[in-house]
Amino acid sequence: MEKELATFKFRLWRRKITNFVMMGLTVVAVLVAIIPLIFIFYYTISKGITYLNLDFFIQMPKPVGESGGGMANAIVGTLILIGIGGGIGIPVGIMAGTYLSEFGNNKFGSLVRFLTDVLSGVPSIVVGVVAYTLVVVPMKHFSALAGGIALAILMIPTITRTTEEIIKLVPHSLREAGLALGIPKWKTTLLIVLKTAWKGIATGILLGLSRAAGETAPLLFTALGNRFWSTSIFQPIASLTVYIYDYAKAPFEDWNNQAWTAALVLILLISLLSLLFKILTRSKYKTNR
Amino acid sequence: MDIKLSVKNLEAFYGKNKVLKSMTLDIPRNKVIAIIGPSGCGKSTFLRCLNRMHEVVGGTIRGEILLDGDDIMKKDPVDVRRKLGMVFQKPNPFPTMSIFNNVAAGLKFNGYKNKKQLGEIVEKSLKQAALWEEVKDNLNQSGINLSGGQQQRLCIARTLAVNPEVVLMDEPASALDPISTTKIEDLIFELKKDYTIVIVTHNMQQASRVSDYTAFFYLGELIEYGETKKIFTSPLNKQTEDYIRGRFG
Repeated sequence: MEKELATFKFRLWRRKITNFVMMGLTVVAVLVAIIPLIFIFYYTISKGITYLNLDFFIQMPKPVGESGGGMANAIVGTLILIGIGGGIGIPVGIMAGTYLSEFGNNKFGSLVRFLTDVLSGVPSIVVGVVAYTLVVVPMKHFSALAGGIALAILMIPTITRTTEEIIKLVPHSLREAGLALGIPKWKTTLLIVLKTAWKGIATGILLGLSRAAGETAPLLFTALGNRFWSTSIFQPIASLTVYIYDYAKAPFEDWNNQAWTAALVLILLISLLSLLFKILTRSKYKTNR
Repeated sequence: MDIKLSVKNLEAFYGKNKVLKSMTLDIPRNKVIAIIGPSGCGKSTFLRCLNRMHEVVGGTIRGEILLDGDDIMKKDPVDVRRKLGMVFQKPNPFPTMSIFNNVAAGLKFNGYKNKKQLGEIVEKSLKQAALWEEVKDNLNQSGINLSGGQQQRLCIARTLAVNPEVVLMDEPASALDPISTTKIEDLIFELKKDYTIVIVTHNMQQASRVSDYTAFFYLGELIEYGETKKIFTSPLNKQTEDYIRGRFG
């Protein structure tokens, strides 16, 4: 009896130790996961803040040697590029995701699902090369449109798959409720299923847009970059990421610092986008449960 | 007997699996018909054939279902479902919509625009579903904050709003507490003045309380169908008697 009690106590003690150790490991893992983020914020803010002023948003880049100036063209350029990318990528992604979830329970659906997964694994620089071949070569010059298309191609798999997964989470009973009221299937899908899933879909869109906003490689030989003011979608256009790339590797300290500021502005831009989505998708009703 | 729905040689399949075997029965107008039977006997499938919802989940139907003499199998399922409304086992209000819009959904999404009339119909439907007094001051709040019983009555109001001729209820009270159940049963009694009601239930007392006619299904077959009083007091079939007496199922 006494021996059994001893074994029991020993086991209990061992379990407690195991529990403690495993818990400790998960905490360490969390720290490891967020440390890079802390560094990113620390460096971009501490190094980028020096040039962060109104001029940076409203002035054009200055020639080498002159200090000051800003990246107004690049900020507008980035917005235009993700605008074009989102304008193509969001509708295509949402519709494709809806198809996969509601009508894609067949061989064609599986094929599309597989290809979307493959597409999301294609390196962005490859997408850039393809966009170069498909858009830049026939148009005979670099353009914002080509850059936007490259970004759209990168966004589509993310938006498609998140939309599909989120729509699948909408209870089947809601679809049945709609159909049983004599609402046609397309209206049930659009006005009930998509509406119910809207919040999750918005998260997918946001992920797609954020990823696109941070891409550099596919823009290098599509949108190219532009040192002058341009809002034409048929002309080369500046973007923050390409500026960061050019300025960070330039042999001028002034430019290096501006690259940090551009990085900070990019992060702020994406944060602002997240905030905007949070407000837009805020639920009309407070739920008790 | 004034026949509202006439089912002739109805067979239903899931793939190659036959789940309903040649059912023939007539459902009279403005009466409540209860369908009883053990789990898996095809009660819900039968109900879902009547408004062509069986096909939504990939099933197939054979036979004739005549609504006032017209075969609904030859019609557009969307039109059929406007005439045969359905209430489900679990309350399923639309979570993104207000109470008002939940009730108005069927009309709104079918292009009904007259706002004043829409308001009147919503009020009438909620009154019919005995929910109006409880929600009249909160019509713009979400439907999912209501209690389970209220949600189910909201779903009934939503079904009534499209002005169906027949109301199909698939165990409408099985997820509810006894008080809500009583409310739903009282409601069914009121509703039969205007509608023909077919209700699937696992609860024998419920069937005997609310229905005028009872059909007993077993293994996809119609075993016995007749006046509820008769079925519950002197069933003709041995299986029916055993089931009602609680000897199996």
